Amino acid sequence: MTIGSIDNQKITEVVDRVIAHHGATMDELIPILNDVNKELGYLPGEALKQISKHLHVPRSQLFAVSSFYQMLSTKPRGRHVIQFCESAPCHVVGGREVWKTLREELKLEANETSPDGKWTLATTSCLGLCSVGPVIIIDDDVYGNLTPDQIPGILARYS
Amino acid sequence: MKTVRAMVLVSSDPQSLLNGAEQVYYQLQSEIAAFGLEDEVSLKMVGDIGRHDAVPMVIIYPEAVIYGPVKPEDVHHLVEEHLYKGRVAAELQAPVRELSGRIAWLSARKGTLPAEKRVVLRRAGIIDPTSIEEYIIHDGYSALGTVLGEMQPSQVIDVVKKSGLRGRGGAGFPTGTKWGFVAGTKSEKKYVVCNADESEPGTFKDRLILEGDPHSILEAMAIAGYSVGADEGFIYVRGEYTLAQERLHHAITQAEEMGFLGENIFGTGFNFKIHIHSGAGAYICGEETALIESIEGKPGLPRSRPPFPTTHGLWGKPTLVNNVETLANVPPIIQYGPEWYGTLGTPSSPGTKVYTIMGHVNKTGVIEVPMGITLREVIAIYAGGMKPGSSFKLAQTGGSSGSVIPASLQDTPMDFDAYSRAGVSLGSGALLICDEDTCVVDLGRVLINFFRNESCGKCSPCRIGTQRSYEIMESIANGNAKLEDLQTLINLADSMNEVSNCGLGQTAGTPIRDILKYFRAEVEAHIRLHVCPTGVCEIKIPI
Repeated sequence: MTIGSIDNQKITEVVDRVIAHHGATMDELIPILNDVNKELGYLPGEALKQISKHLHVPRSQLFAVSSFYQMLSTKPRGRHVIQFCESAPCHVVGGREVWKTLREELKLEANETSPDGKWTLATTSCLGLCSVGPVIIIDDDVYGNLTPDQIPGILARYS
Repeated sequence: MKTVRAMVLVSSDPQSLLNGAEQVYYQLQSEIAAFGLEDEVSLKMVGDIGRHDAVPMVIIYPEAVIYGPVKPEDVHHLVEEHLYKGRVAAELQAPVRELSGRIAWLSARKGTLPAEKRVVLRRAGIIDPTSIEEYIIHDGYSALGTVLGEMQPSQVIDVVKKSGLRGRGGAGFPTGTKWGFVAGTKSEKKYVVCNADESEPGTFKDRLILEGDPHSILEAMAIAGYSVGADEGFIYVRGEYTLAQERLHHAITQAEEMGFLGENIFGTGFNFKIHIHSGAGAYICGEETALIESIEGKPGLPRSRPPFPTTHGLWGKPTLVNNVETLANVPPIIQYGPEWYGTLGTPSSPGTKVYTIMGHVNKTGVIEVPMGITLREVIAIYAGGMKPGSSFKLAQTGGSSGSVIPASLQDTPMDFDAYSRAGVSLGSGALLICDEDTCVVDLGRVLINFFRNESCGKCSPCRIGTQRSYEIMESIANGNAKLEDLQTLINLADSMNEVSNCGLGQTAGTPIRDILKYFRAEVEAHIRLHVCPTGVCEIKIPI
């Protein structure tokens, strides 16, 4: 998902398919937003506009929902999203050093996206993988029991 | 792994050492060897056992007999009686204190080491979670059969009430009473919601149940639906748990095909349908009214209570909201009866509890044990002790809204009432065990940062209080705080507790308050001396 390059046709295609799958009811709104966000990488304004028409919900409410939940993004994100767990269980077993290394390797601060659109470095609350902390998730790949020296090797796996 | 018949622990806190713990240890070593028991018995020096009234203490497992104060000259008799002849050396036992938990725990152990009592996790890891046949072979859906075939809804609620089951999500509310409230509200439409938005830092017990035994939740929800008069259920699963969601979807399809869910279940005219609702990453949605808002397609802002969801819940209808672990307890209660359930745990908190163990211990993971075992037992037995070279400093229970438990409370039985009498909370069952290299200021800062990020922002005490508390913790960590700031922290924690709308704000200040109560000297060192005693904080003070 390179930044700002999704055309409206693609958006319509994804929105229509996701809504057809879930049904256009309010209790499916968050699952719908989740799926659209997963497919497009974020929730472009155009997608919200179309969802608002299908579900008869004001766009303001859609924006309120999209900006409230951490897994939804109203801004474009990098091709690969790194989620770093910053909760206490990971922090006390070496998460602090892993976080420092990540920032240095990527030259990014929390919740920034690299200029080439490759990486987004996000912090997240507990991911429920506490017995193998410190934990990061890159896209859908989980890495646990991390030490700082493993970070460069892991990052090199992604293009 | 080496299996031993008995485990002998010797206390080694400063007080014990002063009273000759080391000599006792060496004496034990030579006496055990003299009786030729060195292959059957493991001997360990452990940290502060928390009881300073009879040190040095010797604890022998699996019987969990506490001896103390033990003198080197007592050791020969002790080893001969207890380890060689297998009798308790009664005259050397320490004075009895707080026994409720230990007895219940022992009854479940049956001499194996380390033993667990698995009730809600009894099938997890044993059956194939994608196979409904395996679930049925392991007594699956038989409780639902009993309920629909032989019981009136009110009888089911009576059984749950009688079992004494209390909510496992953190608050410990009596489950049968809650079911009674929903059943007692007249409405054409009611809902059952399973709260699987497990987001407390350090908690992953519900994930194991959902991933390992998804049908047990479907069965429990159907039983709950029948009892309270609901025909529709939602499972709100946190967005990050994709595997759990897949397994649940699969399980629902199977259960519908076999007629355990859907229309006219078992030909009784009872209908029950279950939907899965994925969360999208918001801790606050674990609060039941925020969760309901979220299912309705809104930001997860908690509602004002009352009215409670039991009368005005999802879409304004009476709604029963139960945690995953709570529901997983229901089928076994129906199957084996409330009397059986009462034999587990302590009188005020019957049953088992699933704990997640993490931090500076040798074995991290999940255990399910009767309510009322102590932190020390968890660390020494189930967690395999502290990591080599480290000793226990504190434990953080129940995720971030739990308490910070100092070493002095590690012999308090872990049940709802004993913990609340001690002024701490059991929370959701996370046990983050920290060693002496953990800085309490750094820990407090991370905990309050979590609340600052996860506060929904609806009410100002929590929105502003968490931010302001974070700023103060940050300045303490940097060495820039003043002593007055500590009082401000306490005031903030108090105001958040008193006037916040929901549980998040009410408990956000708890860890900080605990830290100031039990570790004040360490916090003050950052301020008075500009020194972090553990060397964790980077003090940035202009010289």
